[in-house]
Amino acid sequence: MKPFVAQLRSELQVMLRNGEQLLLTLGIPLILLCFFSKVDVLPTGTKHPIDFLAPGILALAVMSSAMVALGIATGFERSYKVLKRLGATPLGRPRLVAAKTAAVVVTEVVQFAILIPVAYALGWRPHGADWLLAVAGVVVGTIAFAGVGLVLAGRLRAEINLAAQNGLYLVLLLLGGMVISFAKLPTVLRAIAHLLPSGALADVLHHALSGQSTPAGSWIVLAVWAVVAPPLAASLFRWE
Amino acid sequence: MRYGDLVAVDGVSFGADHGVITAVLGPNGAGKTSTIEACEGYRSPTTGSVRVLGMDPAADQRKLAEQMGVMLQEGGVYPSARVIDVATLFCSINGDRAVPDELLEQVGLTERRNATWRRLSGGEKQRLSLALALSGKPEIVFLDEATSGVDVGGRAIIRTLVRGLANDGCCVVLATHELDEAERIADRVVIFNRGKVLADGTLTEVRGTEQSIRFQVARPLNAVDLSIHLDRPVREVTSSTPENTEYVVGGASDGALIARLTAWLSEQHIESLDLRAGPARLEEVFLRLTAAKP
Repeated sequence: MKPFVAQLRSELQVMLRNGEQLLLTLGIPLILLCFFSKVDVLPTGTKHPIDFLAPGILALAVMSSAMVALGIATGFERSYKVLKRLGATPLGRPRLVAAKTAAVVVTEVVQFAILIPVAYALGWRPHGADWLLAVAGVVVGTIAFAGVGLVLAGRLRAEINLAAQNGLYLVLLLLGGMVISFAKLPTVLRAIAHLLPSGALADVLHHALSGQSTPAGSWIVLAVWAVVAPPLAASLFRWE
Repeated sequence: MRYGDLVAVDGVSFGADHGVITAVLGPNGAGKTSTIEACEGYRSPTTGSVRVLGMDPAADQRKLAEQMGVMLQEGGVYPSARVIDVATLFCSINGDRAVPDELLEQVGLTERRNATWRRLSGGEKQRLSLALALSGKPEIVFLDEATSGVDVGGRAIIRTLVRGLANDGCCVVLATHELDEAERIADRVVIFNRGKVLADGTLTEVRGTEQSIRFQVARPLNAVDLSIHLDRPVREVTSSTPENTEYVVGGASDGALIARLTAWLSEQHIESLDLRAGPARLEEVFLRLTAAKP
């Protein structure tokens, strides 16, 4: 247990020392939430932008920590031979993966502990929200995004991985129903958006946190990403 | 061991004992790192077998890791990680068999305990890597280019530590391309070239009875003329000081030969900066072996 705790502490220390990671996981979601809830310029399709933005930004937070932050950090750890070095210690790969997973979960808890009260302060009132269903969506989404992030991180050179993760982040943000409603997208893009993990997670959270039943299609899409991406990442992953 | 069509290590066989510093020598690309990485469990041989402390490193890497210390050729630490945090992490992972601050004191990094990896000099990084390799009080350590890029003071610290490990019964395997360094520290050498072992034995065994005279001069001389004059082979070798040129006169050295050499240098108005006679150095042995087996 002690090696696991030590590695988890190390993961969190590295994250706290990386300003880019903090900006990505906390800064950008907070800025988007605060700015666009007060400046009504996004086509959210709701009377109060915060009602649409809050669940979308929570989905964005999951994507930021589980896919982009994890993916970029892992890519650089491969490049710096950190993973190789740890591979020859008693820590072992299972505990290393467990520590990374736990670090993502801790990050998400911190993100939600900040973002949800801020959303409330900005006027968000999730009437009839099914929080349990939302948590289930976050768990499945975390697995799916971590798989996608590690597919890139486990194969690409660190710098290319960095660019790819950021590029993918932008595409999934714009098409994922997080800040722009699906209804405002052109038909073709809308169809694509519903098949993306970001679109599926945002849809699940929008419905779960507004007391509506979530379309089965979004759950299926999210589940497929969660089932396919991690094994694909495991099979493609190169430790150095 | 193969990488595609390239045979990186071919039919290599050697052992390393407890309490002995075994240096695996050879130029870059000779197959040293591939061989060491097979011993560490990072790679599996295409054919043949590897046993470390009686275990198959690839199959039993985690169990072996509890008794093995590894120093990579480079890297292995996140740039923003602090020295003390990395030492603490590795001590914890290895079951707190060492105390982080004591470990840093051993490698002379106490004053740099709060620095991040990216702020360390090349030599300091090597010393921290060595400290991490020792954090589990291992029975066997693999040190890949441990002194590469390390300054004189740092090298002395590393040599003292490595010798102390061997004296305590640890099996030390040191891969290096620095023949001078191996000559200073190793008890036993295994010389690699192009994936094969050219020589394996104690320093005395590998050097054999070959004698030579080595000298440095400030400007190049005519080796052919000197060779004719002395009736001995004369070879120019890579000098440890780039501004000087170093030569080796083969064969047994006696006072008369040294007198003829110094007289010839004097006639040519060439000042000899450093002249030593005695057993052949590893570099000469290596050059002779690689010349014999191209």
